[in-house]
Amino acid sequence: MSANANARPGPKADDAVIAFRGVHYALPGGQVLLRDINLAVQPGETLVLLGRSGAGKTTALKLINRLLEPTGGEVHVDGRATLAWDPIALRRHIGYVIQETGLFPHYTVAENVALVPRLERKAAPYVRARVEELLALVGLDPASYIERYPHELSGGQRQRVGVARALAADPPILLMDEPFGALDPLTRGEVREEFQALQKRLGKTIVIVTHDTSEALLLGTRIALFEAGEIRGVYSPKEFLASREPVAAAYAEQLRRLEQFERGT
Amino acid sequence: MNVIQYFERHPDEILQATVEHIWLVGIAMLIAVAIGVPLGILVARRPWLSKPILGTANVAETIPSLALFGFLLPVPWLGDRAARLAIAALALYALLPIIRNTAAGIASVDPAVSEAARGMGMTSRQILFKVELPLSMSTVLAGVRVSTVLTIGIATIAAAVGAGGLGEYIFRGLAMVNNSLILAGAIPAALLALAADFLLSVLERSLRPGR
Repeated sequence: MSANANARPGPKADDAVIAFRGVHYALPGGQVLLRDINLAVQPGETLVLLGRSGAGKTTALKLINRLLEPTGGEVHVDGRATLAWDPIALRRHIGYVIQETGLFPHYTVAENVALVPRLERKAAPYVRARVEELLALVGLDPASYIERYPHELSGGQRQRVGVARALAADPPILLMDEPFGALDPLTRGEVREEFQALQKRLGKTIVIVTHDTSEALLLGTRIALFEAGEIRGVYSPKEFLASREPVAAAYAEQLRRLEQFERGT
Repeated sequence: MNVIQYFERHPDEILQATVEHIWLVGIAMLIAVAIGVPLGILVARRPWLSKPILGTANVAETIPSLALFGFLLPVPWLGDRAARLAIAALALYALLPIIRNTAAGIASVDPAVSEAARGMGMTSRQILFKVELPLSMSTVLAGVRVSTVLTIGIATIAAAVGAGGLGEYIFRGLAMVNNSLILAGAIPAALLALAADFLLSVLERSLRPGR
């Protein structure tokens, strides 16, 4: 924990919503998944964690809502180390969307979306209104979806319900792990565009994990490039495309080839 | 005298033995569920406890039933009354399938679902009662069904220690080399097992979660 010595304590240290300070994460067996991660997420920005499978991006995401705890350094949320938070309070403060959606199969769409407000013991009429509002927000007609079960929905619809559920308690922070990864390309494009519009309207601080370069460029205000448990750099989309850092350049090159193919040259 | 005639002549006596049998099995199953489900949850939550708990239940399962009744006879409070003794032995037999199925049911909950539950800030208690148990209910019930059918059969041996039930006829028939008498105990016991199996499987199907 020597990294703590230099970390500036106290909420006024800076105005980042999420900050990684010299974070290490190793499995109990000793395998190091993240080393020396430093990262600050500013209010209202969408930070994309980009990298190949096993690069450590999902691990980094789970450190934010304390599904995992750092083995070195500190992760701060709203200026407080995650270990100093009550984990339940921390997680209710942060929306969480995962690839397989993790919708409860024994709950209807309405019950799934209402989960966190109900845990917080919000009044029933408020919860009902909130569910309808959220379903409309993610582009699902409340009247025809409220009573359905997750297995009666398509992948795209499930994903929308997953987003609605994460937004239910109006958390200021949203974490998304490959949120569009399980969708077919067409649906994926659609949901992604809708999400972009949503993002602008809600002004939340969002961290998205993806291995898809075009998704990263489309959704991110900044991109943190992960490779083998380290951050290679943090770029704006423009900087990312122009970067000479070998890994970033490889991603950009890959993307250019794809575009050339699409243009037929 | 064949078995049909026997049924015709002693309907009240057989009914009473059947009720006794149901009572023995019912109480034993209540106890087994009350102990087995929490143990199953414990096994699912603390994998290192799985070997000792399942191992012990396994050993209990392998003791021949007649011997188990004998072993429990000198136990102070249990040995006082035949029914007490029989119920304890039956509950011990019923335990293993219930523990195993509860643990398997909880382990089979989609990890994405439990991760989402945790990530949304549910406490582990809430995850257990609102997510894991409801989703594994049909698997737990399958264990209860297997146990019940098993216990209905083994409960016939309870008559050996004087606890009554349908086993009375079987033991009497064996002693008297009277097949009708044996069947007078065996047939109702078999029907009871079939009925329990059917009713519990209906319940089990109705509890199966969507998807």
